[in-house]
Amino acid sequence: MSLDSSNKYRKLILGLFLVAVVLLGKIFYIQIIDDKYKISASNNSMYYEVINAPRGLILDRNGEVLVGNQSSYDILCTPREVADFDTLQLAKTLGVSVKYVRDKMKEYRYNRTRIGFQSVPFIKQIDAEAYMHFAELEYRFPGFKGQVHTIRKYPFNAGGNLLGYVSEVDAAFIDSHPEYKSGDYAGRTGLEAAREDDLKGVKGYRIFLRDSRGRIQASYKNGEFDKDAIPGRDVVTTIDARLQQYGQELMDGKVGSVVAIEPKTGEILAMVSSPGIDVSMLADIGKHYGKISRNKYKPMFNRTVMASYPPGSVFKLINGLIGLEEGVLRPSDTYPCSRGYSYGNGRKLGCHNHRSPLNLEEAVMMSCNAYFCYVLKDILENRKYGSVEKGFDTWREYVLSFGFGRKLGSDFPGELSGNIPTSRFYNKRYGKGSWKFATIVSLSIGQGEIGATPLQIANLAAIVANRGFYYIPHIVKDSDDITIDAKYHHRVYTKVDTARYNTVIQGMWRGVNDRGAGGTSNSAFVEGLDICGKTGTAQNPHGRDNSVFICFAPKDNPKIAVAAYVENAGWGASYACPIASLMVEKYLNGEIGEGRKELEERMKTANFIN
Amino acid sequence: MSGNKDIRHGIDWSLIIIWAVLMFLGWVNIYASVHNSTSPDLVSRPEKQLLWIGTALILAVFILFVFKPRMWAVLSTPGYILILILLLATIFLASDIKGSRSWLTFGPISFQPAEISKITTSLALATLLGTSSFKLNNFRNWATTLFVLALPALAILAEKETGSMLVYAGFIFVLYREGMSGWVLGFMALVILLFIFTLTSPRWVPFTILGVSVLAYVISNLVSGKRSVQKKKKKKSRTLLFSLIALAAGTALIFTTNFAFNHVLQEHQRSRIEVLLGMKEDPSGVGYNVNQSMIAIGSGGFFGKGFLHGTQTTYGFVPEQSTDFIFCTVGEEWGFLGCLVIIALYVLLIGRIVLDSESCREPFARIYGYCVASCFFMHLFINVGMTVGLMPVIGIPLPLLSYGGSSLWAFTILLFIFLSLYRHENTY
Repeated sequence: MSLDSSNKYRKLILGLFLVAVVLLGKIFYIQIIDDKYKISASNNSMYYEVINAPRGLILDRNGEVLVGNQSSYDILCTPREVADFDTLQLAKTLGVSVKYVRDKMKEYRYNRTRIGFQSVPFIKQIDAEAYMHFAELEYRFPGFKGQVHTIRKYPFNAGGNLLGYVSEVDAAFIDSHPEYKSGDYAGRTGLEAAREDDLKGVKGYRIFLRDSRGRIQASYKNGEFDKDAIPGRDVVTTIDARLQQYGQELMDGKVGSVVAIEPKTGEILAMVSSPGIDVSMLADIGKHYGKISRNKYKPMFNRTVMASYPPGSVFKLINGLIGLEEGVLRPSDTYPCSRGYSYGNGRKLGCHNHRSPLNLEEAVMMSCNAYFCYVLKDILENRKYGSVEKGFDTWREYVLSFGFGRKLGSDFPGELSGNIPTSRFYNKRYGKGSWKFATIVSLSIGQGEIGATPLQIANLAAIVANRGFYYIPHIVKDSDDITIDAKYHHRVYTKVDTARYNTVIQGMWRGVNDRGAGGTSNSAFVEGLDICGKTGTAQNPHGRDNSVFICFAPKDNPKIAVAAYVENAGWGASYACPIASLMVEKYLNGEIGEGRKELEERMKTANFIN
Repeated sequence: MSGNKDIRHGIDWSLIIIWAVLMFLGWVNIYASVHNSTSPDLVSRPEKQLLWIGTALILAVFILFVFKPRMWAVLSTPGYILILILLLATIFLASDIKGSRSWLTFGPISFQPAEISKITTSLALATLLGTSSFKLNNFRNWATTLFVLALPALAILAEKETGSMLVYAGFIFVLYREGMSGWVLGFMALVILLFIFTLTSPRWVPFTILGVSVLAYVISNLVSGKRSVQKKKKKKSRTLLFSLIALAAGTALIFTTNFAFNHVLQEHQRSRIEVLLGMKEDPSGVGYNVNQSMIAIGSGGFFGKGFLHGTQTTYGFVPEQSTDFIFCTVGEEWGFLGCLVIIALYVLLIGRIVLDSESCREPFARIYGYCVASCFFMHLFINVGMTVGLMPVIGIPLPLLSYGGSSLWAFTILLFIFLSLYRHENTY
């Protein structure tokens, strides 16, 4: 034994103390200093039973429920808890085939590691009766349980693709929206998507303690920390359900759009895209999705904001107003028209047969092409600007102030900006200085490179109705639950002075009301409504012309502005004009006058799809 | 020995009280960890443990009052050989339980020879080192000692009962007390440090540790000592020789560690070490136990959640919670205070055994006492260290606290043999 062995036990006891201090130090660290274990512990042992929040309703401007909720009965299965059961009886109870049950069980077995102790949907949306039947016999099917959740209900067949649909979130959606979990529902298109944050509400939960195998043991602190679900906020839309529905009836069998706006607020009264989606399909979109997406007319596609068309003759209003504002046109100026406008080298932009010459008011009334060619020529070749290019840039500024060529900023998702070409575009196409008025003459009558959405065209009607300003068209109203962006309450003025509109409006009024004077919009006439309108016939490179019409009424203190755009329906007066005027009549009078019933019937039954 | 003296004379009652308190606290925590369970095996554990405690009491009384203390020295060699044979037989006879082949079953009774081998090895070591002519100063004696320790250790390793094998490493403290140089302990610590830092850090770190350690050794040896010039000279050359050996061995270790780690260790051992050293995050696989255990203990806070109010341990998140992970229940339900009390009790127990051993005149009793203290210490360090993530997951019980008769009996016998020897000392 070495000499210092008497000291060794002291060293060993010191070592013992050191080890004890190290152990206690680590314990102190994880128990007192580091919080992460406490958080992990609560995640570990607490089971949050989610209480889904009822989704907010979507209402129309008069309080009609466009989208409501109804209960849906699902059967869930927890494969790990399934014991022997009577397959035949279960199949009979739920109204499915035995093969369905067997296939499902096979599927669960195949995915058992992925499923683990989770519950997975066994069958969805069975009817209430089958559900009650199942509930009585539930004890015979261990591992199966019923679950009630709410699905959407559509009391009004109005605005299928406007409202959009709600569906269970998929993996891609969760990737981009991490706050959602598998099994949650979310609005995927239309208003449901645009107002998702308002509609969805906040989920609540009940907390239970569970063991490591996920088995519920007890309620946590007698529910002291449970949270109730907060229902989603109701969305009150600006839509008039009846008008919307009527618009859909009129557009049945046609491809195109009808948009109605209340000029003094910018509220969208109706927004019809045809062909649309029947609301009965929305509730169970999964079942119909394939059929809808295969339809070549793309019913899911909301043409009112997502289609860009040449506006046609309705655009003449803008050219006329710019001419007046620029001082190159006086209302009394007359221009000749010999069935068209010749612009050199024997080229001619044709016009229909009407008396000549015309002043501005008459040119609007009769929709003379030649007149507005002269007007645009004067705008572009204004000496003030020194070149056509500069003149064109000025013209474009004006056009943009009317809400064309850019997004209006509507609260509706997926809005396109349309297209108003730039001078740079023409410089690139023709070479700088190599293009002149004659090159772009078709812009005079709203053809050529101009593209506009039906919403922009309807907004033009509202601008004219307001004599020079608009509110950004929007579809959600202020309500108890929701305050909309202040921008929807601000007037947006065009660059044309409000005083300049009267001549144009007079022309539009006469186009409808001055019967026998050669106006193009006579078929829009309704006794006592003072409708002002402008037809358009937009050339369509793919087939028959598109029929376009904008109007507003009454002439003084207008209450509604409408744009109708019917693809391949011929000239403006044929379909768009009657359809738009029927919308106005329906909205202002509540019903269609006897004298126009036949017209209404003809519109409803016209079919361009088959 | 005089028959007239009070039968209680010479008994260290403080050790017996600590022993009883630990068993009681063990039972309380076993109850807490299974009271919410539905498995019949688990539910019956508190009752069974009561039975083990009862039988342990009988064993204790028997060893303390009936069995002649002198018999232990006599029995040490045959006992050692018998258990060694059992250990070897176990390798071939035992069925595989959780990857180890260490349980022998005779009818309704099953036990781990490895647990009992701690007792026999301790007795054998005490007999060997306690021989008056035996000193740890020549190669022959060193070889004999290491041979006595290595035989059962290797047999246990062959049973893949790594935990018990590691406990044998604790006998190094006994050797230290009985004459081994402290530098050997230092050298061992250095080897462990080098192993860890070679695996986790860039090369220069283990080399720096090696260099600094050897330098510290050289300096402390050359500076200290008021010995004769001749002795100094001898010592100087020895110091330099050892330094060179240490440097060479350390360098070799650094270069072979990765190879040994990747090719010698088994997959599950490797992953346990990797998780411990933070080289691999694996909260659901190998790291699951440790992670859940740390969550349970960590969530206890200072005062704990209260008896039967633990959420982690009562709802079965922690595996093996009544056996190897019993300390989690302590940590969760009794908090830091509970941990402090338990660890303090062990420190008192071990410290008291060491002090008692030092007061023994017979080397046999002293050496055996140190063996007992070392076993308790190693179990405490490895088990608690494992539950708080300081040690890899090594399945060994917490003495007297963990559920299980084999372990409870083994530690009771281990302790009471010492109490008996100690009492014998004091009745001269």
